[in-house]
Amino acid sequence: MSISTGSRRVLEKGPSGWLAAPALFFFLLFAIIPLAGVFFLSFTKWDGLGEIKLDGLSSWTTVLTDPVTGNALWVTAKIMFFSFVVQAPISLLLGVFTSASQKYRAVLAVLYFVPLLLSSAAVAIAYKALLDPNFGLGPGLGIPFLAQDWLGNSDLVLFVVVFVIAWQFVPFHTLIYQGGVRQIPASLYEAAQIDGAGRVQQFFAITLPQLKYTIITSSTLMVVGSLAYFDLVFVLTGGGPGYSTRLLPLHMYLTGFKANDMGAASALGVILVVIGLVLALVLQRLGGKNRNASQLEGA
Amino acid sequence: MQMVKLTLRSAALAATAAAVSISLAACGSSGPAGSAASADSATMWGLTGGNQPVLQKSVDAWNKAHPEESIKLDFFANDAYKTKVRTAVGAGQGPTFIYGWGGGVLKSYVDAGQVADLSDFVKDNPDVKSRYLPSVLKNGTIDGKTYALPNNNVQPVVLYYNKEVFDKIGAQAPKTWDDLMALVPKFKEAGVAPFSLGGQSKWPDLMWLEYLVERIGGPEVFANIAANKPGAWSDPAVKEALGKIQELVDAGGFINGFSSIAADSNADQALLYTGKAAMILQGGWIYQGLKKDAADFVSSGKLGYTTFPTVEGGKGDPANVVGNPSNFWSISSKATEAQKKAALEYVKSGMFTDADTEALIDSGAVPVTTGIEAKLAASPDKDFLSYVYGMAKNAPSFTLSWDQALSPAQGDAMLANLDQIFLKKITPEQFVTTMNATIGK
Repeated sequence: MSISTGSRRVLEKGPSGWLAAPALFFFLLFAIIPLAGVFFLSFTKWDGLGEIKLDGLSSWTTVLTDPVTGNALWVTAKIMFFSFVVQAPISLLLGVFTSASQKYRAVLAVLYFVPLLLSSAAVAIAYKALLDPNFGLGPGLGIPFLAQDWLGNSDLVLFVVVFVIAWQFVPFHTLIYQGGVRQIPASLYEAAQIDGAGRVQQFFAITLPQLKYTIITSSTLMVVGSLAYFDLVFVLTGGGPGYSTRLLPLHMYLTGFKANDMGAASALGVILVVIGLVLALVLQRLGGKNRNASQLEGA
Repeated sequence: MQMVKLTLRSAALAATAAAVSISLAACGSSGPAGSAASADSATMWGLTGGNQPVLQKSVDAWNKAHPEESIKLDFFANDAYKTKVRTAVGAGQGPTFIYGWGGGVLKSYVDAGQVADLSDFVKDNPDVKSRYLPSVLKNGTIDGKTYALPNNNVQPVVLYYNKEVFDKIGAQAPKTWDDLMALVPKFKEAGVAPFSLGGQSKWPDLMWLEYLVERIGGPEVFANIAANKPGAWSDPAVKEALGKIQELVDAGGFINGFSSIAADSNADQALLYTGKAAMILQGGWIYQGLKKDAADFVSSGKLGYTTFPTVEGGKGDPANVVGNPSNFWSISSKATEAQKKAALEYVKSGMFTDADTEALIDSGAVPVTTGIEAKLAASPDKDFLSYVYGMAKNAPSFTLSWDQALSPAQGDAMLANLDQIFLKKITPEQFVTTMNATIGK
C-alpha cells in the first residue's frame, strides 16, 4: 500500500499478473467467500445453534429501524473523527521529530515505539486498572483530578477511548511518517536554506507537500482502521456505559454472539463492509488522479 | 493506462479495507485448542473462580483412576465462557460436558438438538437421582425430560455487608426497603459508598430487579414473563421495582463508577472488604472468592450477610429467594460414543464423591446433595453454609436468575435495557414497552 517512488518504471512495463495470485487466493478464501456467506446470512434467521432459516428482509428491517444501529453509527463516526484529529497531527510531528539523526531522538523513537508492541487486550486491561475510580491511579496517588469516573461517565468515556486508541496507534503512524520524511532529499532543504527559508517555512513548503502520499496512506489506515476498533473497546468498556461506546463492529459482535441474532449481525457486517469500501475509495480519490507521479521531480 | 492502474489500485486498497472489516466477523469462533489431540477423550469446560480448584481436583482424581476414560479440562472466565461455548457448540466444536445454568438457555440447546437426553440414564441410575436435592434437580428438566444434572453448589443471591463499616456509624443491617434507603445518606456522610455493584457485567444489576420484583409482586410476576404471556412485563410490580432502583441511583446508593466495574475481576467484592463500600448484593458464590482474597476479613467475622429487605405492601414471601439453584452438566449430543460413555461414567461415579463434597464445603460452598447437614455443621464456615443451606431449603420459591431463565435474545435485551435504567437513560415505562416487545422471541 505504500507508495514507492521507484516503482513507476516497473509499473509502466507492467509486472506479471501472476505475482498477485497467492494474495488473491487468500483474499478469495478469507475475504470474498466469508463476505458472500455474511451477505447470505443477512437474509436468514439463525441463533447460532439451530438450523438456518431463510427470513427475507426481516433482519434488515430490524437493523435499520433499531435506534441502537443509528447510535452505533454515530459513535463510530465520532470515534473516527476524533481519532483522526488527535492522531494525525501528533504522529506527523513526532515522525518529523524522530526522523532527524541526533542520538537522543533515536532513543526517544524507541520509547515511543513501545505501545505498538503490546496487544490491544493488554493495553485495555492496563488502562482499565489505571482508570479505575476506586483502585486506580487517581485514588492510588491521591490526585483528585485523576480519580474521575473515566469509564463510567457517558460524556467522558468516548474521549477516554479516543485517548487510549491514540496511545496505542500513534507510534505506528509516527513510524510511517518517519520513513516518509527520511525519503525527502536533503538537497531540497539545502536549497531552501540558501534562499533564506526558516524552519517553519521549510516544514510547510517542503516537508508537508513532500509527505502528501504518506499522509494519504496514514489517513486511510486511520480512518478505515477505526471501523475495526473492536478488541480494545470490548475489553475496556464492553460498549458501555449504556450504548456510549458501542461502536458498529462491537454492536455487530454483541448482536451476533451475545443476543445470538446472527441474521441481524450479518446485516450489520454488510453495512460495515460497504462503509469501509466507500471510505477507502473516497480517500484514494483525494490523492488526485495522477497519484503515481513522483513528488521528487527536480530533486 | 494511468486511469486503469488507478482504479485497480484503489480497488485493491478498498478490498484490503473490506478484508479488515470482514475478519471481525470471524471473531469468537475459535474452537477448543488442542482438544483434537486425543480425539476420543471427553472434553470439559469449566468456569474460573471459586469452584475451579474443586473441579480440577475432582477431574484429576478421576483421570488418575480411569486413564482409559480421561477427561480434558479447560477453564474460562464467566462472561467470556457464555459466548464462547454457544459459538463452539453451534460450530460443532463444543466440549463433551456443557456447563450451564438450566432455564431458557438450556432450552435453546435442547431445541437445537445439541444436548443429550439423560432421562434413561437417570432412570437406570437411581443413586444419581437420589443424591440431589429434588428442588434443584428439576431445573435440569425440560418438558419432563432430564437434559442437565447439577454439578456444584446452591447459589442464592445474598445481601453481604461489612460489619466493621456498619459498627463505625452504628447501623443495623436493613430489614425493609425504607431501612435501606435511610442508610444511604448515613454511609455517604461517613465517606463510604452504600453499595458496591459490578455494573459493567450487567448481570449484577439484574439481582436488584429480581429481588425487588419478587418482594413486591411475588414469584408469579416473573413466572408469567418466563411463560411468554403477552404483556407480562406490564405488571405494576416491575414498574415499581424499576422506580425504586432509580430512586436508589438518584440517592447515590451505588459506588462512584459502578458502571465501569466488571464483576469478572472481583473488583466489586474488593470494594466490600476494603471498606470502600458497605454492602453488596451478590451471588452465594462470592463467599468462596472472599474467603480466598480476604481470608482475615471473613475469618475475623467482619463479613455480615442477610436476606434482601422486604418492601412495604409487597406480596412476596420474605423467605423466597432468587439466584442459581446450581450449575449443571449437559452432555453434548454431538460427542462420540466413547466420549459420551466416559462422561456418563464420570457423572455416575466421579462426581460428588466424598472428597468432592468435602472440597466444595471447604471452599465455602453448599453442595446440592442430600445428607450433608453434619458435614456443614463441622465446617469452619458453618455459620454461612448453614445459612445458605437453610435459605435454599426453606424457600417457598427459588427463582432462577432471569438472564438464564429467559431465551438468550430476551435475556440480552433485558440486561441492555436494565443497564439503561441504572444509568437513567430510559424510564421504567420505556423499559416495560421495550421488553413487552421481546415476549416470545
